[in-house]
Amino acid sequence: MATPQAIVIGCSAGGLTALEQLFAGLDPALPQPIAVCCHTGSATVDLLCELLAKHATLPVEEARERAPMRGGVIHVAPSGYHLLVETSRRFALSVDQRVSFARPSIDVLFESAAEAYRDTLIGIVLTGANSDGADGLLQVRQGGGLAVVQEPSDAEVSTMPAAALERAGADHCLPLAAIAPLLNRLCLP
Amino acid sequence: MNKLADTALEDIEIELFVRALKLRHGYDFTQYAPASLRRRVLQLAHAQQADTVSALTTRLLHEAGFLPVVLEGLSVPVSEMFRDPDVFKTLREQVFPVLASYPQINIWQAGCAHGQEVYSLAILLEEAGLYERTQIYATDFNESALKHAQEGIYPAKEAQLWSRNYLAAGGSHTLADYYSARYELLKLDQRLRRNVTFANHNLVTDEVFCEAHLVLCRNVLIYFSDPLQDRTLALFRDSLVRGGFLCLGTRESLDFAPSAADFTPVDAARRIYRLGSRSGKE
Repeated sequence: MATPQAIVIGCSAGGLTALEQLFAGLDPALPQPIAVCCHTGSATVDLLCELLAKHATLPVEEARERAPMRGGVIHVAPSGYHLLVETSRRFALSVDQRVSFARPSIDVLFESAAEAYRDTLIGIVLTGANSDGADGLLQVRQGGGLAVVQEPSDAEVSTMPAAALERAGADHCLPLAAIAPLLNRLCLP
Repeated sequence: MNKLADTALEDIEIELFVRALKLRHGYDFTQYAPASLRRRVLQLAHAQQADTVSALTTRLLHEAGFLPVVLEGLSVPVSEMFRDPDVFKTLREQVFPVLASYPQINIWQAGCAHGQEVYSLAILLEEAGLYERTQIYATDFNESALKHAQEGIYPAKEAQLWSRNYLAAGGSHTLADYYSARYELLKLDQRLRRNVTFANHNLVTDEVFCEAHLVLCRNVLIYFSDPLQDRTLALFRDSLVRGGFLCLGTRESLDFAPSAADFTPVDAARRIYRLGSRSGKE
């Protein structure tokens, strides 16, 4: 793939712990923007952002409508809205129907980011209890982007990474502990 | 053909579809935010079992009666009663007392979709003793959504969430006082409609039509490009009385809209604004 310009991450059940570990391992000099869709079921992601910020080496904030994706920042999809990336590489929100019972949906984030970033996108599917993200990861790969999936046996809940593997396959299927080092290697200049 | 080329071809087809919709039927989606519009068009193609978006375009151009199907597909009206209950609570506590000072209150609900928020508002106004002197204009560009809104019939399974929302919004009875449930459906008390005028209005192409004390337009502008968002905010400004209120969706951003300077936040987190710049002129 071309030099990565953005990273999108999806997870649900078990996601908080997985994200904490992943973000603790990222090099603070990582220049790419990161967008995360994590199903929480809470009314807001304030607490999620706060908890992630305690471990992350990069700033964590809720993704803001119309704001540009900022390099070196972890943007978290707000509760109750789909998060999309425009080809202008700014965020958009929608309250369209739930996808795979979820809003925000990982598929929606990944599909729009794949359209915006094509072969410069890295898509990552972690632990989770449903199959959201599988279609999205396929789109990432079909656009020429790189697919990373947490090894199902390593995941707190294996359904989501297993579904992603089955539907999209992966360029890298790794235990969680190996994903941050991979990103550091791929993403640093 | 590889997928990259597929996507580029799809983009061309979507552009032609949107152009056809405008040229043939006068509905202008060219200023909509592209990512969501793209999803909706592709979903519509999927739902209609069209092999390509171009097949949709052909039907749009030649098939009488296909337009409503397209408009329904492109508007995807999803909402709930008292969505974001604390917003309704703030309206009740901060905005209604000001509205109460007017002998006649006009409220414009722009983009009312299936009407859940119209009925929510009517209930709160009723409980605040203001409804008798209120006129609500509920508008949408989608005729079938307006019809649905007028009927006020929704799936009964929504009742639980909506009842919780109602109480969290500061409702003083129980939501069940306002609807009757039968089989799988609930129907809202049609008396709530007595001061509501449902009307077709397209924010993209239509102009000012009333003088409002409050404009509610939640999660509609998120689908608009920056220039269209700005144009619509100017339309709201020109529709509001001096000191009138504007309520948007809680995650909407005005950072790219010059017209936002005409409004002052009343409660920024809940996206409730008042017409009048910070310099004090109202």
